Amino acid sequence: MKALTRPPTSLWVDAWRRLLKNKAAILGLGIIVLVFMVAIFADDSVVAVLAGREPQPLLAPMHFAKQSLENNNAVPSWLTHVFPTLKPVGTEGGYAKINDTYLLGADYNGRDLLSRIIYGTRVSLAVAIVGPLVSLVVGVSVGIAAGYAGGRTDNLIMRFVDIMYGFPDLLFIILLMALFRSTTGAAEAGTLRAVLTGIDNAMGGMFFIFVGIGVTAWMSMSRLTRGQILSLKQKEFIEAARAVGAKDGRIIWRHILPNILGPIVVAQTLNIPQYISTEAFLSFIGLGVQRPTPSWGSMIADGASAIRTYPNQAIFPALALAAIMFAFNFLGDGLRDALDPRLKGTD
Amino acid sequence: MGIACEKETMGRYIARRLLWLLVVIFSVSVITFVIAHAVPGGPFSREKKLPPAVLKQLNEKYRLDDPLWKQYVEYMGGIFIPRLTSGEPSTSYLEDYLINIPLGEYTLRWMNFGPSYKSQSRTVNDVFRENLPVSAELGFYAFLVASVIGIPLGIVAALKQNTWVDYIAMGIAIFGVSVPVIVLGPVLIWLFAIRLPIFLPSGWGSWRAEVLPSIALGLGSSAIIARLTRASLLQVIREDYIRTARAKGLMERVVIIRHALRNSLIPVVTVMGPIFAFLVTGTFVTETIFGVPGMGRYFVTSITNRDYPVIMGTILLFAVVIVIANLIVDLLYAWLDPRIRYD
Repeated sequence: MKALTRPPTSLWVDAWRRLLKNKAAILGLGIIVLVFMVAIFADDSVVAVLAGREPQPLLAPMHFAKQSLENNNAVPSWLTHVFPTLKPVGTEGGYAKINDTYLLGADYNGRDLLSRIIYGTRVSLAVAIVGPLVSLVVGVSVGIAAGYAGGRTDNLIMRFVDIMYGFPDLLFIILLMALFRSTTGAAEAGTLRAVLTGIDNAMGGMFFIFVGIGVTAWMSMSRLTRGQILSLKQKEFIEAARAVGAKDGRIIWRHILPNILGPIVVAQTLNIPQYISTEAFLSFIGLGVQRPTPSWGSMIADGASAIRTYPNQAIFPALALAAIMFAFNFLGDGLRDALDPRLKGTD
Repeated sequence: MGIACEKETMGRYIARRLLWLLVVIFSVSVITFVIAHAVPGGPFSREKKLPPAVLKQLNEKYRLDDPLWKQYVEYMGGIFIPRLTSGEPSTSYLEDYLINIPLGEYTLRWMNFGPSYKSQSRTVNDVFRENLPVSAELGFYAFLVASVIGIPLGIVAALKQNTWVDYIAMGIAIFGVSVPVIVLGPVLIWLFAIRLPIFLPSGWGSWRAEVLPSIALGLGSSAIIARLTRASLLQVIREDYIRTARAKGLMERVVIIRHALRNSLIPVVTVMGPIFAFLVTGTFVTETIFGVPGMGRYFVTSITNRDYPVIMGTILLFAVVIVIANLIVDLLYAWLDPRIRYD
């Protein structure tokens, strides 16, 4: 994203124009902007934090944790037409409570599904922002360090990356999350563990997800950056910069980085769906965000166990997740075609 | 002489890769072991505290009071060092080996993954024996789904490039890439097991139960295969030798099947490694959603139970399998395409 707001250079302006012509990518971008808006204005926390009061729901009909047990599993009447197996009380074999205040129905605790899906955008988007950020900062620095230094440093760093690469990503994240999320043996106050757990609790369990994703996400980025730098280092313009006395920092910042930005931005955008689905997956198996913070992954997990009786509880969060994944994939594909037209139609 | 040279490089390449395999397995096992044991609260700390005497006895029995390195060495020794024993195999669950090969009066026994802490009377090997075949079956079917859908889709898209056939095929591919198993699973169950009760929503053992999870798991990979097949075929079609084949008057069908397709499928082999890894880890979710009694579902529960031997064993086994699969894929690729250099 940062790349697109740089002072206009012909490459980026060109790319932007090509992107605008790609309908799927613009649709994706539109959905992403919309979801961002929904995430920001789910409640009025922007104002409430400044005024020092509790945030009130704004776009969401109610707070995500508001329970009303007498309305558990309630469904609005329009859903009984969409899902014919959802039979309302009173009809033959009917079991579903009808309550039209819940637009998409309520979950097993009587919490509004729509509100939880709306608040759930925050978790997914937070991951979509922090994932690339961590992987950019760590991955690109490591890649630059390895590629630019070369020789032994390069060898050492890349061997380490290779070893970590041998470790299946998801297994590693699961293992880390199991470590972070172990509930017994409460941490003693003042220890690093206690501090980290405190931060995590304050963020509704998102901090450890960021760490988990960050720990694995930087590796492919460092490989990509290193490869790009190795091929650039030999080019004449770098030689020329060095000949006129430019220092390493300046060469990296002014000459190398702008040239490798394109592939990095594309790779990051295409990685975002992966971060989002990792978070959803972790929340699905119960290692992700902490209840009652809503995540689409944990909502799908709850809904999946009741799919025979209340299909709406799994289907709607699933659709939300699919939509955001589509959007980022479309945008990523479009960005790739726009930034490097030679790659168009290849993978 | 040229051939001898080539063989030597190939041999050296394989040797180097095998050595590297050992390094990776060693690192993975150390990292897993350290993390699994860094989890606060042992496997026996429960909501209701056990009496200290019992706890002490349990810790002694499983040698949990030994220094960590000693536990590690013993654990790895149990798995990797084969043993020759004579006489009746011991029935102690501390000595349960996954592989037992009778050699006359001796038995070669290998891979002892230790006891499970949670279910006192079972070993990790029992868990493997019971659940692993199911997961392997699911993975195999998913792989079939991925290839059977992915390769034809990619071929059709490439042959009809920039027509509606291509757009629809690539639309399906983007759909497959974008929709994770946790989305596809509930939707498939609702559509094809509840709304139209063709298949069973959960279970394993009959084709009606096995179709949906295999599709849910395989569809994402089929999309990756389709995109790669398309890209690779498009590139091959533009090569000179294809033009030559056409120029000498071969039928288009022969040109495509005999000349283009063969070479275009070589790069597809390279994604088989990552796809394999994806399918293996994908079984966790798929099995949980579809209630498939496989390794994945067991693994997820063993995490909440902090059953380290099961966590360790599963991760180690899966990591080794994935690393070996990657090695095989690389060798296969080098063998299929002699232009690849071994470095």
